[in-house]
Amino acid sequence: MGDWAGYLTLILAGTWVTIKLTVMGCAVALVVAFIAGLGRVSRHATLRWLSTGYIEFFRGTSIFVQLFWIYYVLPLIGVSMTPMQAGVMALGLNVGAYGAEVVRGAILAVPRDQYEACIATNLTRYQRMRHVILPQALPLMLPTFGNNAIELLKATSVVSLISLADMTFQAQVVRSQTGNTIVPFVTILILYFILSSLISFGMRYLERRASRGAEGVR
Amino acid sequence: MEWDWEFTYSILPLLLQGLKITVLATILGAIVAASLGLVFALMRRSPNRLLSRTTGFFVEFIRGTPLLVQLYFIFYILPDIGLRLSPLTAGVVGMGLHYATYFSEVYRGGIEAVPRGQWEAAKATNLTIRQTWVNIILPQAIPPMIPAMANYLLAMFKETPLLSAITVMEMMSQARSIANSNYRYIEPMTLVGVFFLIVSIISVFGLRWLERRYGRQGR
Amino acid sequence: MDAPIIRINDLSKSFGKLTVLNGLSFDVMKGEKLALIGPSGSGKTTILRILMTLENISGGRIEVCGEPLFHMHRNGQDVPADEAHLHKMRRHIGMVFQHFNLFPHKTVLQNITLAPTLTKGEKRIDAEKRARELLDMVGLADKADYMPVQLSGGQKQRVAIARALALSPEIMLFDEVTSALDPELVEEVLQVMQRLAVETDMTMLLVTHEMGFAREFADRVLFFDQGRIVEAGPPEQIFQAPQEERTRTFLRKIIASRHGM
Ligand SMILES: Nc1ncnc2c1ncn2[C@@H]1O[C@H](COP(=O)(O)OP(=O)(O)OP(=O)(O)O)[C@@H](O)[C@H]1O
Ligand SMILES: [Mg+2]
Repeated sequence: MGDWAGYLTLILAGTWVTIKLTVMGCAVALVVAFIAGLGRVSRHATLRWLSTGYIEFFRGTSIFVQLFWIYYVLPLIGVSMTPMQAGVMALGLNVGAYGAEVVRGAILAVPRDQYEACIATNLTRYQRMRHVILPQALPLMLPTFGNNAIELLKATSVVSLISLADMTFQAQVVRSQTGNTIVPFVTILILYFILSSLISFGMRYLERRASRGAEGVR
Repeated sequence: MEWDWEFTYSILPLLLQGLKITVLATILGAIVAASLGLVFALMRRSPNRLLSRTTGFFVEFIRGTPLLVQLYFIFYILPDIGLRLSPLTAGVVGMGLHYATYFSEVYRGGIEAVPRGQWEAAKATNLTIRQTWVNIILPQAIPPMIPAMANYLLAMFKETPLLSAITVMEMMSQARSIANSNYRYIEPMTLVGVFFLIVSIISVFGLRWLERRYGRQGR
Repeated sequence: MDAPIIRINDLSKSFGKLTVLNGLSFDVMKGEKLALIGPSGSGKTTILRILMTLENISGGRIEVCGEPLFHMHRNGQDVPADEAHLHKMRRHIGMVFQHFNLFPHKTVLQNITLAPTLTKGEKRIDAEKRARELLDMVGLADKADYMPVQLSGGQKQRVAIARALALSPEIMLFDEVTSALDPELVEEVLQVMQRLAVETDMTMLLVTHEMGFAREFADRVLFFDQGRIVEAGPPEQIFQAPQEERTRTFLRKIIASRHGM
C-alpha cells in the first residue's frame, strides 16, 4: 500500500492538464468552426472549396492519426511542437471540422423569408449575417456544440499516447506503480463524467438564456 | 526528410494486414453496438422506473467518458476477475459497449418520431401490441434510422486506432511498430491517414445516397 | 332502436390534477346517431377516446354491447380489464380521427386490408374484395394503389372511414373528421357519412362543429360544457328551441363566427 494521497495529487494534476486541453481545444475549435462554416456558405467558390477540403480531411481521418501526424511528421518538415501544442491543435482542428458543419447547417436552417426580408430592408451582406442570420442561427447550434465539446473532452485522453501527462496518462502511471487498476481507473472515469456533466449543464444554461432572448425578440 | 517510395511499397502488405483487423473490429463492434443498443433503448422505455433510470444513468455515464479509458478498464480488469479475453475481443466489447449508447439514442429517436396517431390508429383497428410493432411502428421507424446508424459505423471505423493502445494489431499498431523499428514516421503515418481518407470519402457518397433513399421525407 | 348498446355510468376522467369528466352518465341506443356538441375543451374528444380505449378511465363504469369495457369478471368480482379483454371489446368499435392517421407506408388498399387480415384472420382475397367495395362506396375505387401522401385531405379521410368500416364495427366514432379539411373538401366526406347514417343500422357517435350537419345527421344531440351534459334532445329542440341559456349562448357564438367568415 503506497501513498494514496500522493497518487491522488498526481491524478488531479492530470485533471488540470485535461481541463486545459479541453478549454484551449474548444477555443480553437470554435474559431475554426465559424471560419470554415461561414466559408462553406460563402459566395466565393474558392472559399467554399477550401472549407470543404478542410472539413472532409479532418472528419475523414481519425483524430488519433491526426495527432500522431502533427506530433511526429510535422517536425520532419520543420514544424516542431510541444505535446501540449500538438494536442490542442489536433483536437481543435478535428472538432472544428465537425463544428463547421453545425454552423453551416444552422445558417441554412434560418428560413428563406429572413433573407428576403433582409434584402427588402436593404441590408448589406455583412449586416444581414451579423444582425439577422447569426443571431437566429446561434441558438440552433448550441445543443450540438455541447455534444461536440463533450466529444472533445473525451478525445483528450488520446494525448496520453504522445506522453502528455493528462488524466489517462497519470492513471496509467499510478497503475504501474501500485499494480492496482480499479482504483485509478474508476477515479478518472468518475472525474471525466463530472467534467462532461459540467459541460452539458453549462450548455443547457446557455440554451435557456438563448431561447429566452429569442422569445424576447418575437 | 524525403518521401521514400521503395520503403512505402515494402510496408504496404503489413499495413493492409492491419486494415483487415481494423475492418473486422469495426464490423464486430457494430454488431455488438446495434444489438446492445436496442436492449438499452428497450430498457429505457421500460415502465419499471428503477430499470429505466439505472439504464439511463449507465448510458449517460458511458457516453460521458472516453472510449480509451473504457478499453483500458476492460483490458486490464477482466483478467483480474478471471476473464481472459484476447485484445481483439476486449476491443470489440469495449467499442460495442461505447457505441451501443449512441445506437440506443438512434433507436429511441426513431421510435419516438413515429407519430402518436399511428399507435392510436393501430389500436382503433384492433391490432395487438406485437402486430403494432411489427406492421406499423418498426417499418416506419427503421428506415429513417439507417443514415444515422451508417454514420456511427463510420465513426467506429475511425476510432479503431484506439485499439492499438490495448495491443490489437490493427492498422495504426502496424504503422507505429513499423515507425518505431525503422525510425521513419512519415510514410506509415501518412499511409494510414490516406487509407482512412479514402474509406471516408467513399463513405460520404454512400451516406448521401442512404440519406436520399431513407432520410425522413416530409410527411 | 331497443336496448342501449353503450351505457356510461358515473364516468370520471382526470389528467393529473385537471378533472375533465366528472360523474357523467348517458346511454346510447342501438342504431342511434348521436351528435356531441359543445365548446372547446368541454371533453367531447375525451369521451370518444375513452370509448376507443385510447384513454383509461379514472372512475365509473362503461358497458358496451352488454359487457363492461374497462372491467371484467374474475371469480365473481369486477377487476380492471387486461389487454386481452380490451382487444376483444375493441371489435365492437371503430374510430375515424381528426387527422386521419393513415399508415403512410402502406397503400390505400393495404391500409384497409391490414387489420381484417391480421385481427380477424380474413383471407387476403376476401379482404381485398371487401376493401374495393368500400373504396367504391366512398368514391375512391381508382385510388386503391395510391400511397396516402398522394391523396388530398378529403380523400384521406374517406380512406380512413373505409378502413374503420372494413372491420364491421357495430359502433363508429367520428371526432371532428372534417375540421382538418379545406372547406371545399368537407362536403365529400359529409356525404359519405350521411349515406352511412341512412343506409346502415350502425350506432354512430359524432363530435362536430358543423351544426348544419349535426342537425341533418343526428337522432339526438348532447350539448356539453365543462364535462357535463347541459342539454340533450332531438336536433329540432336543441337548435330551434334550446331550453338552457348556455346552449343559446354557444349556438349564437357559433352562428356569429360562421357568418363572420
Ligand atoms: N392527454 C391529455 N393530457 C392532459 N390534458 C388533456 C389531455 N387530453 C385532453 N386534455 C384536456 O382535457 C380537456 C378536454 O379536452 P377534449 O380534447 O376532450 O376537449 P374537446 O371538447 O374535444 O375540445 P375541442 O372542441 O377543442 O376538440 C381539455 O382541457 C384538454 O386540455
Ligand atoms: Mg376535440
